[in-house]
Amino acid sequence: MKRLQALQRFFAMLHARNLEFVRDRAALVWALMFPALMILGCAIIFSGNSQRLLTIGYLGTDAAAAQAVMPSLPEGSIEWLAYEDLSLASTRVRYHQLDLLLDPGQQRYWVNPESARGKIAEQLLHANGHTGWQSQWIQGRAVRYVDWALPGILGMNMMFASLFGVGYVVVRYRMNGVLKRLRATPTNAFEFLSSQIVSRLILIMLASTLIFIGCDWLLDFLMLGSYLNLFLVGVLGSMAMISLGLVISSRTDSEEFAGGMLNLCTWPMMFLSEVWFSLDNAPAYVRALAELLPLTHLVAAARSIMLEGAGLVAIQHHLLILAITTVVLTALASMLFRWQRD
Amino acid sequence: MTPILEVQQLRKHYGPHIAVDGISFAIPAGSCFGLLGPNGAGKTTTIEMIEGMTRPTAGTILYKGQPPGQRFREECGIQFQHTALMDYLSVREVLQLFARMYQHSVAIEPLVQQCQLDSFLDQRATRISGGQRQRLLLALALINDPAIVFLDEPTTGLDPQSRRQFWALIRRIREAGKTVILTTHYMDEAEQLCDELVIMDRGHIIDQGSPKALLKKHFQHVRVCLDRKDFTLTAEQLGEAIIETANDIEILSQSIDRTIDTLRQHQVPLTSLRVRNPTLDDLFLKLTGHSLQEGEAS
Repeated sequence: MKRLQALQRFFAMLHARNLEFVRDRAALVWALMFPALMILGCAIIFSGNSQRLLTIGYLGTDAAAAQAVMPSLPEGSIEWLAYEDLSLASTRVRYHQLDLLLDPGQQRYWVNPESARGKIAEQLLHANGHTGWQSQWIQGRAVRYVDWALPGILGMNMMFASLFGVGYVVVRYRMNGVLKRLRATPTNAFEFLSSQIVSRLILIMLASTLIFIGCDWLLDFLMLGSYLNLFLVGVLGSMAMISLGLVISSRTDSEEFAGGMLNLCTWPMMFLSEVWFSLDNAPAYVRALAELLPLTHLVAAARSIMLEGAGLVAIQHHLLILAITTVVLTALASMLFRWQRD
Repeated sequence: MTPILEVQQLRKHYGPHIAVDGISFAIPAGSCFGLLGPNGAGKTTTIEMIEGMTRPTAGTILYKGQPPGQRFREECGIQFQHTALMDYLSVREVLQLFARMYQHSVAIEPLVQQCQLDSFLDQRATRISGGQRQRLLLALALINDPAIVFLDEPTTGLDPQSRRQFWALIRRIREAGKTVILTTHYMDEAEQLCDELVIMDRGHIIDQGSPKALLKKHFQHVRVCLDRKDFTLTAEQLGEAIIETANDIEILSQSIDRTIDTLRQHQVPLTSLRVRNPTLDDLFLKLTGHSLQEGEAS
């Protein structure tokens, strides 16, 4: 009986919050238009050919040895990227993100036969006298920048919608006394917070699905994995981010302070979670820092599914981290939660 | 009869500031109990400690002889002094939301009739007038058919007509057998509505009882008022105490007949004569040395 009543209160608050969001036309339009415009903008801006001449990767850390392989080219005409992980570097070749991958120590290279730039890079290698190097083909469809950026942009939108959507609403409710009025009823913090999480989750997933379908129809994204798996990643990632928003808004009654804290969380994630660019060449401590951010795992898992066709087993560590983050942060938010101003 | 609510040695400190200083009282079931005092007297802090919104520094609160728990939450209705409602929800939707928060709630339609909400039921709850808003907040306080209703300054900011409408609603709630606990700084409101009062000032209870009993206890006279320009006597000549206000002279009369006879004997014009019974404001002034309004200003 008590559980039924708790469920009734949960659904009552969930329904009320959903009505609020749907009727707030400005917020609704912004939630749908902002990410769609970002994706379309990316597609237009990056639809032309890249300005770089060639991008060549090499295994190991000896940049001088790699660059000595093709001394005849003018300095700066090649972007050199170092890789220690052969499988990661091979993926870059498969999706045309690397034109050529060299292993100067073993005198071997990898090239994608479907890449025109890869063929040019291979010919340049031969022209520099390395005709005897062992070649290996890695085939795969070209990944446009927009294909690569899409999971990041959708993830970034989920991050903003989760953190700001929940954070500001809870702080506003606390400031104007809505929370205090709810506290005067038999409801408790867990019921209220759960209703906020689920309401925001439904809205985010609905908006993200609509944006995905619309942009896919316009731009024909590369999608090699399962839609269901991608949806699961979106749900877990959003829940982790909503929980973070709840922690930030659990005590404060100042919108300015909450805004500052939310920005403090979102900006590092926007730059360190590989939304816009890869951290392949970033220092190790930056990559380690990025691993602590939930958006990193959301974007990496979504990208693996979309661009590599990864299954749940391949991305299980990302899913586990997102699930743990959600549980820990929701528990923390429930513990810290305050209904009213001092 | 066992009181529905008992408060014993209730105390609240905010750092060095003492908001409520060890007050005790008991509220009989079915009565309208008032906490009267100026702003800052500790009324809201007291009522919010009873409601469970503010944690007391010390003291005991008993609801039906037990510390308030989930049963109290189900059986009490609360109207706060300052409350906002969810944006974008209509009055009907707000009522439906709160109705679903309780194990037992009343039907919406009779409540709408009782609190006169029908003319703005489908308007957004954030876009209604002050009087309409107070009636909606009262409806929310009644939605679980509570045994005990807390009303914190329910008519503050309302025009006289809306206040009187609200008083009528409160009387009907009491007539339905519910216990009403009301804070107010309006003496007329307390006199009109409350069966029993505690008068608070600076965190203390300075007196307690029914409005009539309190006035009878502290005043044995009525006030005979005259325009100042008409009154030419001294207190010694009159044989009774007088109070001078800006425009009036108030004679603290033990016997109206005798006072009027004395005034006639001294040929004082009686065209401006008015007789006024002492009010709770007079009582507050007598007990504290400052009026309710002065207390508010401070």
